Amino acid sequence: MREKCQRCSKPATYHITDIERGKVSEYHFCDEHVRQHLAQPAGEASSAEAEPGGALKAPFKAKEPTRAERQSCPYCQITFLEFRNSGRLGCPHDYDVFRDELLPLIENIHDETRHVGKVPRRAPQSSLRHSELIELRKRLKQAIEVEDYETAAQLRDQIKSLETPTER
Amino acid sequence: MNLDDLTRTSGEWLRGTGSESDIVMCSRIRLARNLATYPFTNRASRGDKAEIEREVRTAIARVDPQLHYLDVHVLNPLDRQFLVERQLISRELMTAEGPRGVAIGPEENVSIMVNEEDHLRLQVMHSGLSLHEVWERINQLDDALEESLDFAFHSQLGYLTACPTNVGTGIRVGVMLHLPALVQSREIEKVFRALHKINLAVRGLYGEGTQAFGDFYQISNQQTLGKSEAETIRTINDIIPQVIEYERRARKELLENRRQNLHDQVSRAYGVLKTAHQISSEETMHLLSSVRMGINLGLIDDLEIPTVNELFIHTQPAHLQKIQGRHLEVDDRNVARAQYLRSRLANGRHQAN
Ligand SMILES: [Zn+2]
Ligand SMILES: [Zn+2]
Repeated sequence: MREKCQRCSKPATYHITDIERGKVSEYHFCDEHVRQHLAQPAGEASSAEAEPGGALKAPFKAKEPTRAERQSCPYCQITFLEFRNSGRLGCPHDYDVFRDELLPLIENIHDETRHVGKVPRRAPQSSLRHSELIELRKRLKQAIEVEDYETAAQLRDQIKSLETPTER
Repeated sequence: MNLDDLTRTSGEWLRGTGSESDIVMCSRIRLARNLATYPFTNRASRGDKAEIEREVRTAIARVDPQLHYLDVHVLNPLDRQFLVERQLISRELMTAEGPRGVAIGPEENVSIMVNEEDHLRLQVMHSGLSLHEVWERINQLDDALEESLDFAFHSQLGYLTACPTNVGTGIRVGVMLHLPALVQSREIEKVFRALHKINLAVRGLYGEGTQAFGDFYQISNQQTLGKSEAETIRTINDIIPQVIEYERRARKELLENRRQNLHDQVSRAYGVLKTAHQISSEETMHLLSSVRMGINLGLIDDLEIPTVNELFIHTQPAHLQKIQGRHLEVDDRNVARAQYLRSRLANGRHQAN
């Protein structure tokens, strides 16, 4: 954790993780500057108005994107780097596609990695179906790459049967 | 729904009723939901957004025919800002592009934003400290929508959202408090610090500059993963009475030690609001805050809390312009605002007697 206020040189006594506007932003303020920050409108963090040299961009400072950061989602094409820059994911599949990169970030934000609470009545089944589909499509791609057409045909049938919506 | 009609009314949440309503303005809960089979809004094409809107609109109409859908995309900028001032849409939805909208319930207790950061943002608001009622309502609404919509849900991570900061329950539980005495005694910082330590966020209502909007602060949760909705509500419900107690103590102290000063401050604030001929939004908020506290402390007895609550909203720029029925620049607004305040405050009980 940063020790100094991001607007002056006094020690930071407030450490805030902001959760609005899609940005994963951490703020560090002294007693005085936290008031300014908190006086901002509800539901709106100050990511856009961050002071120059503030801590905001620091963790993502320009450096060569790593291989993991360049990988993209096969469904919405977003790269992990794009997510880092915008703070917003591209589609629900990204949580599986970028799982390894996202989980530490999620743990950092929430201190937890497992949902507790409401479950939609139909969801367990359909979410299972969605992640299964992702897995099957990946295997299909691999099968085609190694020209294992027999497996590919089987996988294609499985995918087709999963894609047809289940009875509600 | 005619938006111009709304200028003559106000949302139920401003009514100043319910538990602890001298300090608690309102309770609200929002849920973030996304359709499983589309990209998130920021990555959705115009066509995607149009389809999302159509699907969600159909579902909303089925759930509750009383929910009135407004196509925000075709509204003019003034009407969009008007909805922001009423807390019915976010600034983000106001400035976004493409197909999007909001469904609004009677008395403005319910709003469902479509194609905001997430495909759906459900919000239920209620005056006073009433999180349990609010939760019951929004939970039912969510269940009913889920009957015809396939929400993105992950067995490990819960409801999937465009931003990982909302993943899990997708819930934001907030209580809006009026804390003028804590602001005056500067003790509010201690309260903020304590709240941040337990991972709760504090924000102003809306408003410009460094002064929070009329000393209104919303206390809300930040964590959405690994903590159930009930637990999140319990955390907020447990902490709010303590903050209320601090505010009451600060008010009592002001009354005991600085009664003369306080009475003077409150009366001057009321006097300026009743007589000024031009007044900025910021000054209005500041003075209304004093007047609101004055009423609650028995220092003003000819004005009702709901009127003051409503004035906080009705003196905002878009409201003023809609009430006047024309576009106004800042200077003209300041004149119109003063005029509006004079007319509203002259109609108080003190005139009738
Ligand atoms: Zn500072
Ligand atoms: Zn994706």
